[in-house]
Amino acid sequence: MTGRIERRFAALAEEGRAGLVTFTMMGDPDIETSYAILEGLAEAGADVIEIGSPFTDPMADGPVIQRAGQRALRAGITLEKSLALARRFRAQDDTTPLVLMGYYNPIYIYGVERFLNDALEVGLDGMIVVDLPPEEDAELCRPALDAGLSFVRLVAPTTDEARLPAVLTNTSGFVYYISITGITGAAGATTAATQMAVDRLRRHTALPIAVGFGIKTPDQAAEVARVADAAVVGSALVSAIEDGLDVDGGATAACRDNALALVRALGKGVRAARQEAAS
Amino acid sequence: MSARGANRPGPDAEGHFGIYGGRYVAETLMPLILDLETAYEQAKDDPAFTEEFERLLSHYVGRPSPLYHAERLSEHLGGARIYFKRDELNHTGAHKINNCIGQILLARRMGKIRIIAETGAGQHGVATATVCALFGLPCTVYMGETDIERQQPNVFRMKLLGAEVVPVDSGSRTLKDAMNEALRDWVTNVETTFYLIGTVAGPHPYPAMVRDFQSVIGRETREQIMAAEGRLPDTLVACVGGGSNAIGLFHPFLDEDGVRMVGVEAAGHGVESGKHAASLTAGSPGVLHGNRTYLLQDEHGQIIEAHSISAGLDYPGIGPEHAWLRDSGRVNYVAITDDQALDAFHLCARMEGILPALEPAHALAHVVELAPGLPNDHILVMNMCGRGDKDIFTVADTMGASL
Repeated sequence: MTGRIERRFAALAEEGRAGLVTFTMMGDPDIETSYAILEGLAEAGADVIEIGSPFTDPMADGPVIQRAGQRALRAGITLEKSLALARRFRAQDDTTPLVLMGYYNPIYIYGVERFLNDALEVGLDGMIVVDLPPEEDAELCRPALDAGLSFVRLVAPTTDEARLPAVLTNTSGFVYYISITGITGAAGATTAATQMAVDRLRRHTALPIAVGFGIKTPDQAAEVARVADAAVVGSALVSAIEDGLDVDGGATAACRDNALALVRALGKGVRAARQEAAS
Repeated sequence: MSARGANRPGPDAEGHFGIYGGRYVAETLMPLILDLETAYEQAKDDPAFTEEFERLLSHYVGRPSPLYHAERLSEHLGGARIYFKRDELNHTGAHKINNCIGQILLARRMGKIRIIAETGAGQHGVATATVCALFGLPCTVYMGETDIERQQPNVFRMKLLGAEVVPVDSGSRTLKDAMNEALRDWVTNVETTFYLIGTVAGPHPYPAMVRDFQSVIGRETREQIMAAEGRLPDTLVACVGGGSNAIGLFHPFLDEDGVRMVGVEAAGHGVESGKHAASLTAGSPGVLHGNRTYLLQDEHGQIIEAHSISAGLDYPGIGPEHAWLRDSGRVNYVAITDDQALDAFHLCARMEGILPALEPAHALAHVVELAPGLPNDHILVMNMCGRGDKDIFTVADTMGASL
């Protein structure tokens, strides 16, 4: 399968650099502002874009992303509306990969078949569903692969050697390595630990490896970019959006400006990483 | 631990009861959940484990709990012969301790050095803090701020027992949010920490494991009713929040076709009001906290906050085996409002000299509806799964009394 994700990682390999994967929550702080941010991400330096779809009970997320989800739900976002935002984005940009990230229940209630049809139709490339381990592949993973969508799997430090093949079997697009055992927004891992983990994964898969959890600054993104195929930044970006809210929690121009400024800085960090390492 | 019959099919190897149950958790937790399953399977087959479990249940918890014929109440209602399974007489005042003894023994076997738990009414938190004190392990209990306000005595008990009580201010600030926060802690500290879940929910193997530990309630009831009446009961009644006391009573009887079973959910202000916790009566299947089950949710799959005067029933889900038993029709599920439960609380206090917890007061309110229409030789057993001392402030509040 050569979709947008595969083409993007192939192009990055060609350029000899790692990619920047961004996560923002659809509907945060309101639907139009979240789209205004989404629309600017690729130009600011995002190579792959994760669009968050909120859930009332995000059990693997820290306070920053929990708050973003609550703002988004209050703003009236639904899975249907998130897909509509993906469609708008795709009309402007036919090359940047879009991956929907969320929890299973909203997809289950939307209907798996209907979701996969609509996802394909709006131009989504794949999905990351936090609470669907390989043990539950029959639910969504295998139908998604059959439909031609990528199912990006999370691999954790607790995923041992014996379990890795099972986790990687139905993974496609890229592998998302969670560099720490913890919730989103926690402190990051050391470069040495990340290097070891990436080396271990490379022995098991030819898929690109993105590393996330705990990356907040351009320097940290650059460190990850030296060893992995992409660095994923979520909570730091969501925090930047949150910092732009007015005292009543309403959106201001700063939400978009902060977010895109951070993405520009992160993008520079990621792009410079291997040149610095080489020189 | 128990034979399987047509009404006790599960779970299968993947932890499913029909379409319910399963293991819907983040990858970080998955390896540990598999370890837990292996450790539990080994422990079940180890006579030394069972022996220690039973020794502690006898000498520390005080089992068997009595099966008491509530004669005055039976006479007052004028119908069925009503028995109370007196699990409120256990050490710590509820059935929760049965499961905590089992899981702490397992945690020790697995070499875990720290225990976390969630609690609603605080009974599971107290029981967890108790076994942690007994085994010398540090204990962190997550509890919603709303529940902390209405269950002050249990919060203080946990602290006296050496536990750290962490207030949870996200979402509805009740049991579901406490469970989210406990899962976040577990994801972060997965190598050292054992998550001692208090009910028959969560990812496999918890629903089956907690059920097995709580089935002591039903096994004792069976022996005791045979001794008292020479036959099996006609009806079993128990309240359901997550559903651990109910499955504990029901499970050893599921293959007895002559035994009717009723699970009683919390209808809060009334099912039609939308402010309730009756997921089996008014919810629909979905995925939350590691398993598929009936949930209170909107048309977009977002979870709706539950409401009940009883903190222990204030949860928008239910154990997956109950979801299966509902669909199969083997167990009937009904809902009782806050007001009905309060009336039953007062009736039981005056008629039997027992202050029931507000959770079993829901079961009792259904017994009050049911018993008068039944013949005098109908044997009904209700699980008095907790005592009401913890609820006196809540009850006083409804009476306009200040303590």
